[in-house]
Amino acid sequence: MTIERNTDIEIRLLIEAIYLTYSYDFRDYSGASIKRRVQHAVRQFGCSSISALQERVLHDPGMFMQLLQLLTIPVSEMFRDPEHFLAIRREVVPLLRTWPSLKIWIAGCSTGEEVYSMAILLREEGLLERTIIYATDINPSSLDKARQGIYSKQNMLEYAENYRKAGGLRDFGEYYTAAYGNAIIDGSLRDNVTFADHSLATDSVFSETQLVSCRNVLIYFNKALQDRAFGLFHESLCHRGFLALGSKETLDFSAYAGRFDTLARPERIYRKS
Amino acid sequence: MNGIEAVTLGASAGGVSALLTLFHALPVDYAVPLVCVLHLPDDRHSHLAQVFSRRLRRPVCEACDKQPVAPGMIYFAGPGYHLSVEQDRSFSLSQEERVHFSRPSIDILFESAADAYGPALLGVLLTGANEDGARGLARIKGLGGRTIVQDPREAQVATMPRAALALHHPDHILPLSGIGQLLATLELPEC
Repeated sequence: MTIERNTDIEIRLLIEAIYLTYSYDFRDYSGASIKRRVQHAVRQFGCSSISALQERVLHDPGMFMQLLQLLTIPVSEMFRDPEHFLAIRREVVPLLRTWPSLKIWIAGCSTGEEVYSMAILLREEGLLERTIIYATDINPSSLDKARQGIYSKQNMLEYAENYRKAGGLRDFGEYYTAAYGNAIIDGSLRDNVTFADHSLATDSVFSETQLVSCRNVLIYFNKALQDRAFGLFHESLCHRGFLALGSKETLDFSAYAGRFDTLARPERIYRKS
Repeated sequence: MNGIEAVTLGASAGGVSALLTLFHALPVDYAVPLVCVLHLPDDRHSHLAQVFSRRLRRPVCEACDKQPVAPGMIYFAGPGYHLSVEQDRSFSLSQEERVHFSRPSIDILFESAADAYGPALLGVLLTGANEDGARGLARIKGLGGRTIVQDPREAQVATMPRAALALHHPDHILPLSGIGQLLATLELPEC
């Protein structure tokens, strides 16, 4: 059991070292996942122990940036869980129309697939022109990819199918140009998008919004950090604003359960009470 | 086998019928929480919880993120996400890489539950066509928990039980009927 205890201590020390040195706060991430990520990193970098990884990370910012790529999970798709986007289109958009201008926060936007999905949906509903989208993440290289909007063309068939199931009105091929095995997303979709570095663990609210979408981010947080994030969303959202979560995420076990109404339960769309 | 506070179960090919057989052998008011990963093709939207709750007439649900592990429940990992148990004995989900081509992965459930429960965990590995679960089961044993592997001669597909046996010596190698009888004797410790 000593080895087990040492592992847990080493992980805590590494996470603390990262926080003190680079101000990235993983202290309240889900323990089981962080443990696997750290052990994966130790193997990837060929370190003899977690402490050895810590030593390298402390003294080499480049090393930390590499580790950051392993600690975050950039898994995303366009129109992931199509029924979610269908519900946004059918149940949220009609209410969004009632505001003269819109601000939407996509928190933990990763490599941008959620951002472009939302932008396409809003354009088709005639709302994109009067919307500002804030797309935030803690990982600068994910944000770079999001800004570029270049994805593997291989994925486009699947995304097109998602788009169709999500109630897409056009031919999905209109939204990208194919080149060298890549799909380059129509740049005009990000005219009203501001990409920014923002941490749900350490930063505060920066704008009032009508819709916050934060999908498959909160599963990596423990309850305390989830509640912090829900607190930020609650503070950011205007009266009767909307909160969109990932298909397996719920407010049920959080301190904010009573402060949102459920608009579409299976699709995980909530509304500020 | 006293002091067991949770049972984790893993299966793939042949797993639906094996788990149904096993759970039918348990009393309706069975208290020890049962947490299952059953591999299914990704494109098949999982209705495991509904199927099992209809067939068993007892509470079965898909484990949600941050949901506490509660007595008297059967939980299934949903499709597309790994299922872990945290130190505070609540569930967490994640979309890390597949393990043995699988998400959810049995190894991930077993290893995290072993960390959370230590000697108070029983792991059961059943029929299946890949090697997921073997490492996790060995870890349960390594942290003082108990382990059972379905007798490969009885398993519909023996690959998974055989992989487990190649990695460690479980406490029991039993057919489903024997596993059922053994599970039925487990009682939660008095609080």
